[in-house]
Amino acid sequence: MSIDHRKFSRRSVLAGTAAGAVLLGAPAIVRAQAKALKIAVLLPQSGYLAQAGQSCHRGALVSPAVLSNFGFNVELIHIDMESNPDVARTQTERAINEGAQCIVGAFDSAGTLAIAQVCEQRQVPLIVNIGAAPQLTEQGYKFLVRNFPTGGMLVKNGLTQIQHLIDATKIAPKTAVFLHANDNFGLAQRKGMDAIFPTAGLPFKLVESIAYDPKAQDLSVEVTKIRGLNPDLVLVVTRAADAIKLIRDIVRQKFQPMGIISPGAPGLYDEEFYKALGPLADYHIDAIPWANPKSKVTQALEAEFKKQQPKFRFANECFNVGFTFDALLVAADAFKRAGTATGPELMKALMATDLADHAMIGPPIKFDAKGQNVNIPSSCVQNRGQTPTVVLPADVATMTPVLPMPPWQGRT
Amino acid sequence: MTAITLNVIVQGVLTGLVYGLMALGLSVIFGVMRVVNFAHGELTVVAMYAAFLLFEMLHLEPLIALLPIAAAFFGIGYLLQRTLISPFIGRAEHEQFILLVGLATVIVNGVLLIFGPDARPINLPYSFDSYAIGPLFIDKVRVLAAVAALAVAAALFLFFRYTRTGTAIRACADNLTGAAVVGLNVKQLYAVTFGLGLACVGAAGSLMATIADASPGLSQAYTLLAFTIVIIGGLGSMMGALVGGILIGVSEALAGFYIQPSMKSMFSFALLIIVLVLRPQGLMGRRL
Repeated sequence: MSIDHRKFSRRSVLAGTAAGAVLLGAPAIVRAQAKALKIAVLLPQSGYLAQAGQSCHRGALVSPAVLSNFGFNVELIHIDMESNPDVARTQTERAINEGAQCIVGAFDSAGTLAIAQVCEQRQVPLIVNIGAAPQLTEQGYKFLVRNFPTGGMLVKNGLTQIQHLIDATKIAPKTAVFLHANDNFGLAQRKGMDAIFPTAGLPFKLVESIAYDPKAQDLSVEVTKIRGLNPDLVLVVTRAADAIKLIRDIVRQKFQPMGIISPGAPGLYDEEFYKALGPLADYHIDAIPWANPKSKVTQALEAEFKKQQPKFRFANECFNVGFTFDALLVAADAFKRAGTATGPELMKALMATDLADHAMIGPPIKFDAKGQNVNIPSSCVQNRGQTPTVVLPADVATMTPVLPMPPWQGRT
Repeated sequence: MTAITLNVIVQGVLTGLVYGLMALGLSVIFGVMRVVNFAHGELTVVAMYAAFLLFEMLHLEPLIALLPIAAAFFGIGYLLQRTLISPFIGRAEHEQFILLVGLATVIVNGVLLIFGPDARPINLPYSFDSYAIGPLFIDKVRVLAAVAALAVAAALFLFFRYTRTGTAIRACADNLTGAAVVGLNVKQLYAVTFGLGLACVGAAGSLMATIADASPGLSQAYTLLAFTIVIIGGLGSMMGALVGGILIGVSEALAGFYIQPSMKSMFSFALLIIVLVLRPQGLMGRRL
């Protein structure tokens, strides 16, 4: 192969250089025209909520690729709010100053409330991925929407699922004890339980509600107290670390209830829980919103999660990942419809959301006048073979529920 | 007294003994060097992770791993004192405070970076076993941990009482100038004392790992717990640390059972305030 040097003139070299520059610059020009929505995702990646916060973070990491496949374009800024509402507040200010057009977060209600105040002042929409405190949508914020049930909704939907569970398994519990963490989330659940349980029509009596310190070294005293009351069911609102302590002490004290059920709280389906307890982690039930295995969005999300996060199981993380993804999807969808990232316009589009295809089980995502999605149903998820498995409602279930749970003895 | 109340008290005593061993390290260091180790809880958590690693990698049970961990922590303590703490001896208390709080921050973030936020459990074959004595159920791990804590505390008492080094350390604690005048190598003895304090932390961390799962989030709670115990028992009093630990263990257990578990800590602090008001030097401390 030879090169004809005679063809290289000064003009042709200049023209070639110019053409090359245009070609090299093209992606940048294309990027500028793409108009991605810049979203700051604030999560507790460190601090006492880090375990769940990092799970949500993994959801945020895999979301852009999935959203892109569905025709949405987002640019994410990942921020650690350190499980600290004050940090959440200052980091939100900083994110907005640096150009964030929308905020998603923040798993923790206290942190989310701090973010909401800043978003309201700066007129930047906040989409709550996870956060159950009722006041988030009861304080009249104009720049907030929440695609997550309130504590009351979680309890109500959870209790409804427990009734379905009793019907499906034909057990006859007479008494239950409600054990909950003494934190924002736990107290919201307690309030919901106190208000809703008396009218829920369940066939058992709630003999006592016990609040525990989530920072306690162990739950032996709490379990001794429960053992003294000898209830048929133990209803729990825990985080993963507390759930481990609880089951460990229940087994040590040889207490055998019919079932341990969470009426809408995390803890019983975390990888940490399975690793710590092995076969003793099985048969506990969470009545909680869950990812819809039959949704094409969930399937795409799961495929991308497996690709990007091979060290983690989507089955364990789909609650955090699914709700975080759906929050980002809601933002991207509103941006697409609004055609602008201006706060008030984007907020208007958010309030008009009607999104049928999403990750979590439930009807299309819509928000009421307060910015709350009031149609987020729960499902029953039972640990089977150390994997959270949907056992109710029947149309999305992959196994049938088992109650009373098998005895502890013989499982280890 | 009902059987269930007795069960609660026994569990409280057993947990309190391990708490006491953890606080013992803090008390020894303060009693001799007058340095308050604000990284105490963080170092306890590091010991818990060490026990976790030895169990995962070498299948060494924490009750056995306690010995190498305590030895390693003695070495770490010795070096820490010689390199980092020693220049701050005799300097203003706030300078010591900043140094040790800085050390605590580095440790806890290092642990978070290496192990992540998840709790790391040690699943022993007998983790879920308990002794049934009549109507009482007593956790096997708690009994073993309490017995080991008592053994370590006894070994420390014997060391201070019957060895030349122990006697020399006590001399430094009683009269620093006098100890220096008679030719004791105070710097060396301080380093040994800090090493012994951390050896207690290492042993306590190993035992704690059988009761609670290792997690970076425990650090501050442990520091606060150790402080509460040694203030109640008497800063610098070894017996006081064990008595304080048992008192905290039992009062928390009873308050949790009879009032509300979420209010357990409130009773620890109420006990602390009562002791500070009625006997500021602590139950077994000497009047300052």
